Amino acid sequence: MKRAAYLVLALGLLGGAAAWFVTRPVTLPATVSARLGGDAQAGERIFLAGGCASCHMGTEDGADHKVLRGGAEFQTQFGTFYAPNISPDPDHGIGGWTQAEFLNAVMRGVSPAGQHYYPAFPYASYAKADPQDMADLYAYMMTLPADATPSRAHDLGFPFNIRRSVGVWKALFVDHDWVVTGDLTAQETEGRYLAEALAHCAECHTPRNALGGIDTARWLQGAPNPSGSGRIPPIAGEAFSWSAFDISAYLESGFTPSFDVAGGSMAKVIANLGQLDKPELDAIAAYILRAGRE
Amino acid sequence: MAISRIIGSAALVVALAAPALAQDNPAVGARQGQFKLYGHNLAVLGGMAQGRMEYDAAMAQTAADNLFHITRHDQSRLWPEGTDSSTIMETRAKAEIWENLDDFTAKFVALQEASAGLQDVAGNGLDALRPAVGAVGQACGACHEDYREES
Ligand code: HEC
Ligand code: HEC
Ligand code: HEC
Repeated sequence: MKRAAYLVLALGLLGGAAAWFVTRPVTLPATVSARLGGDAQAGERIFLAGGCASCHMGTEDGADHKVLRGGAEFQTQFGTFYAPNISPDPDHGIGGWTQAEFLNAVMRGVSPAGQHYYPAFPYASYAKADPQDMADLYAYMMTLPADATPSRAHDLGFPFNIRRSVGVWKALFVDHDWVVTGDLTAQETEGRYLAEALAHCAECHTPRNALGGIDTARWLQGAPNPSGSGRIPPIAGEAFSWSAFDISAYLESGFTPSFDVAGGSMAKVIANLGQLDKPELDAIAAYILRAGRE
Repeated sequence: MAISRIIGSAALVVALAAPALAQDNPAVGARQGQFKLYGHNLAVLGGMAQGRMEYDAAMAQTAADNLFHITRHDQSRLWPEGTDSSTIMETRAKAEIWENLDDFTAKFVALQEASAGLQDVAGNGLDALRPAVGAVGQACGACHEDYREES
């Protein structure tokens, strides 16, 4: 009897220890960041492709895409998130951060204090990026204007207000491998990097399961809009029949093949991607068509 | 010149504030029809700008004249209160329109200005056409970003 009780206790402790282990924040190896020098000029392209401004710029009409004071609101089934200030302000932004701290935030979702970030911040996509690109991005972001607007606290209920619980989500859903694999052309491979690692098309265009994980089996096949009543359209599967030319032109200008114009959250995606070079948009288009054939 | 072209916008502000009518309002189909005509003319202008079709000065000018005039269509009976997407299935007009009528109107005026700019240059060759079409697209997108439900 007594022995059984000890056994249960021991198993419980073990389970707890395992859970504690699984949910621990895992950072990049220190050697990764230490070796990298950042090129601010090259970082601008990563900034545009990554769409950082879409979420982190101010929310007022005509807000400057380069003043990353934060404030945008994201309503989800778990509560409301607010994008923080990530301008180089030393007190209210990330001006005091090292490059290693920045890389851990963006590529591992771990804060300088060693806590998990919530996946409303799409680090699960950025995790696939080349650390060199993220070092360039860090150098670029440190050249942007500082802004002293304080970040706003998220509005979350129990248990989602416990950051440690995000460790479970990460263990289940963060996968550093590409979703679309196989024998890709050089152009499709470039497009995959831009679309899967940086521009995070799937974060909006793919449906999620009950725990908020992206359902890779329905990759890019359209999804309910998490904060609104509309739907985010499919860009793969039978319901989507655009050509590569159509996709690339849309990402450049917002014009659809029937000359409607993009709106909703896609408008900001286009404001950023439209500044990339045309061959990069063509590469994304090639990847999207390839993903649709998988 | 430019001022006279955006005439009608003041009337829009007043009219937008007019009280509501019932559900299944014919105004919804009518305003969607006006937007379809925008797209119909942009298919020519944008089609040329994107190289989907050969540039033709006369065709471009006609399409730009059309767009100029359609964007002057008086809006007063097209946006009755209670015709937003939370009330009516068939519309993508967000309720925020009626909470921010001044801004919604300003975005219409911005489109009127951009379409005047396009009308001025549409017949002057592809290099003049391209940026003017881009400016019209920006004006369309700025309103869709805030006031149109995602598809
Ligand atoms: C879809 C919206 C979204 C996009 C796109 C986005 N972020 Fe964020 N970001 C967030 C949210 C929300 C948080 C807060 C996460 C939390 O508190 O757990 C955040 C947090 C951060 C933080 C931590 C700030 C702090 O004070 O701890 C950094 C750094 C950051 N983001 C950088 C970036 C960079 C760089 C990019 C582009 C490569 C980017 N973000 C793109 C939404 C976004
Ligand atoms: C001031 C705001 C505003 C501007 C400017 C604007 N739109 Fe729209 N547009 C809307 C709204 C709101 C709807 C949704 C209407 C509805 O469903 O009742 C819409 C709907 C549409 C539709 C779908 C119509 C349908 O079939 O239901 C098209 C196409 C469209 N707009 C094209 C354009 C183009 C092209 C331009 C620029 C030349 C433009 N719009 C400028 C607000 C705007
Ligand atoms: C922040 C969320 C978000 C991201 C990220 C995003 N999209 Fe979209 N996308 C949307 C929404 C919302 C729409 C619907 C736009 C509208 O209502 O006019 C859309 C529409 C589209 C359409 C038009 C589809 C149609 O049938 O009208 C294409 C093509 C598209 N996106 C491609 C992409 C690609 C490629 C990427 C990545 C490079 C991407 N999107 C990233 C939200 C997003």
